[in-house]
Amino acid sequence: MDTIMLSRIQFASTTIFHYFFVPVSIGLALLIAIMETMYVRKGDEEYKRMAQFWGKLFLINFAVGVVTGILQEFQFGMNWSDYSRFVGDVFGAPLAVEALLAFFLESTFIGLWIFGWDKVSKKVHLLSIWMVAFGTMMSAFWILTANSFMQHPVGFTINNGRAEMNDIFALITNGQLLVEFPHTVLAAYATGAFLVTGISAYKLLKKQEVSFFKKSFQIAAIVGIISSVGVAVAGHAQAQYLVETQPMKMAASEGLWGESGDPAPWTVWANIDPTNKTNSGEFKIPYLLSFLSYSKFSGEVKGMNQLQAEYEQQYGPGDYIPPVRTTFWSFRIMVAAGTAMIVLGLYAIYLIWRKKMDRPNTWFMRFMFWGLLLPPIANTAGWVMTEFGRQPWTVFGLMQTKDSVSPNITSGQVLFSVISFTTIYLILGLVLVGLFIKVIKKGPYAMDNDHSDSHDPYNKEGSHAFS
Amino acid sequence: MLSLNELWFVLIAVLFIGFFFLEGFDFGVGMETQLLAKNDTERRVLINSIGPFWDANEVWLLTGAGAMFAAFPNWYATLFSGFYIPFVFALLALIARGVAFEFRGKRDSLAWKRTWDVCIFLGSFLPPFLLAVVFASFIKGLPIDANMQMYAGFTDIVNIYTVVAGITVVLLCLVHGLMFTTLRTIGDLQVRARKLGQKLLIPLGVLLLGFVVMTYFMTDIFEKRGTVLLSIVILGIIAYVLAGYFMLKKKDSWAFGMTGAVFALSVASIFVGLFPRVMISSIDQAFNLTITNAASGHYSLKVMTIVALTLLPFVLGYQIWSYFIFHKRVHEKEHLEY
Repeated sequence: MDTIMLSRIQFASTTIFHYFFVPVSIGLALLIAIMETMYVRKGDEEYKRMAQFWGKLFLINFAVGVVTGILQEFQFGMNWSDYSRFVGDVFGAPLAVEALLAFFLESTFIGLWIFGWDKVSKKVHLLSIWMVAFGTMMSAFWILTANSFMQHPVGFTINNGRAEMNDIFALITNGQLLVEFPHTVLAAYATGAFLVTGISAYKLLKKQEVSFFKKSFQIAAIVGIISSVGVAVAGHAQAQYLVETQPMKMAASEGLWGESGDPAPWTVWANIDPTNKTNSGEFKIPYLLSFLSYSKFSGEVKGMNQLQAEYEQQYGPGDYIPPVRTTFWSFRIMVAAGTAMIVLGLYAIYLIWRKKMDRPNTWFMRFMFWGLLLPPIANTAGWVMTEFGRQPWTVFGLMQTKDSVSPNITSGQVLFSVISFTTIYLILGLVLVGLFIKVIKKGPYAMDNDHSDSHDPYNKEGSHAFS
Repeated sequence: MLSLNELWFVLIAVLFIGFFFLEGFDFGVGMETQLLAKNDTERRVLINSIGPFWDANEVWLLTGAGAMFAAFPNWYATLFSGFYIPFVFALLALIARGVAFEFRGKRDSLAWKRTWDVCIFLGSFLPPFLLAVVFASFIKGLPIDANMQMYAGFTDIVNIYTVVAGITVVLLCLVHGLMFTTLRTIGDLQVRARKLGQKLLIPLGVLLLGFVVMTYFMTDIFEKRGTVLLSIVILGIIAYVLAGYFMLKKKDSWAFGMTGAVFALSVASIFVGLFPRVMISSIDQAFNLTITNAASGHYSLKVMTIVALTLLPFVLGYQIWSYFIFHKRVHEKEHLEY
């Protein structure tokens, strides 16, 4: 394989892996902040335990998220140096701001939160977790600013063969960002929420620490349903924006080769044959694509053949059609998982509202447990659709993937790095799952590390270092 | 008045100096878990002493790289693609180290702890070594062509000059880390840290001196910036001597300050020698990357300057505050988080 293919494999695998943990961190940080707020306001120790127990999982997850994130900061330069030269002026700035504004905040306040239970006041401790939650959200904002530029470049001018920033405000008010940011962050909140409801459902099925997990379930279910519905709303806005700015991605995600007709039907299912550019065995719902694209039941959507011809005129000869089957199916997987989340969330809210949480339906609770997998599936599918659907571009309309790769690296080097990073990531993933299971089995009332000490925390007479 | 290009060169230098000063000691403490600690409890005390800080310290590196990307995209691109394999190893080591702190205490099994201990040691040893190799080769010169692409062979990166730089920085981290340990531990561990620090000071001095002499003969930076560099060397020698004196007098916080000063001055000298270049081509001077030809446009730099100057005071403020909160010594009888 050549360096382009290998670099793409490396970027895809390491980024997808990284993104299993990021949304969990964003989501759990918010939930823990809510739990600790309830502890500080109500003074109920159970909420403190809650913050600590979910905090335990949060920290394991956060560690893996942080270390897999380090690579992200470097691999643009390592594997995609021509891309970095071309867009660094625009793309580097949000990355630097992310580090300055978000990474410092997260890392400093997470330290305060972990080690500060007995060293700072309750309120300062609470402030720390809110700062972490704010930091993770800021981090998402700035990296999505960078990503939105790749989807829909704005606020720049081409100078000496490089993209140069000329309007930072255009960059942070990019229409793409305004739909992508809420969609992504709400999805992250849903991810944290469904993790908590899932684990709580498991413990409730086992009838362990019922009060604790019932409360956890309730808090998370509320966050879960609000954010799941929000994700869908933001996603709808994003689809409409897509029709305008990246119609090819939209057409590919619909498997739409020719004209859609007016009103346009939505294809639920199709066997796509990308070589002959035809589909067979299609199952369609009338009007729905028009609604998804324009929020009304009429309107035509352009097909890939037409767009290909347009792009050839605009950008010169070449293949401008992304991997259709991947884009098509990842979109459907995302939508299906998202819909399932809304259904589960609504029923959970119904149970809480009618005070039926004491005798929950066993089958439903089993669904809720496995439901913790739904957000990661939807998140991954969503990003696969977004990034595969943008191909062959790295920056839409400006730079193609084949021109982005570092010219001075060899396929042997990249192969070595692909193998080493995927291996270490695989190990990290397995260890994380193992530790999660261990923490969950032990439950909230056996919290400490497995060291054999049982001393009172922090004896009073610590001597001062700077005296 | 500094131009924006100059200002960003200085800011990046400050970020890397900050990184080596801060993460330097926690790299050192990471190495001490094998070189100083006698048992599991001591190891845990050491890890907990850097527990609240190491992550934020590492962000200085990420921010340095991010600032490079934003302000000097060509520097970022040439550097990271040119040193591909060294960065793969440095990143693997940093990844393993980061999770090791969190994972180590999560199971009560000897094999489990040993595994993560190895990760902590390698993760604390390899990154400073490799980064020093990279920085030393900046000033020694690298095969960079007319298109700013660097095609480096093994000996371009690994040679006597860069390896000496690597070992020197690793030893600097260790001595600096030992001084940090004298500040955050008590009893036997503290005494041993001070003693080992004193013992290592002499080989460190020899290495530093050797590196200065090699730099004088093997690079052009003394030709270009002789006066400034000479004063940095003299300041460095003073700081080094004072570090030894304060160790002897058991004035630990002063000794820590002085090892930090030696570290900061060493890193600063590299940047002073580079300026206004950012990477030196060994093929032709005309191919050097400089703060002009590697930089982003004026608008970008202006925006970044406003953002950085607004945020930096806050960042520094809450980081210093966090050091203040955790200024007490870590006691083995208290609750240890890791």
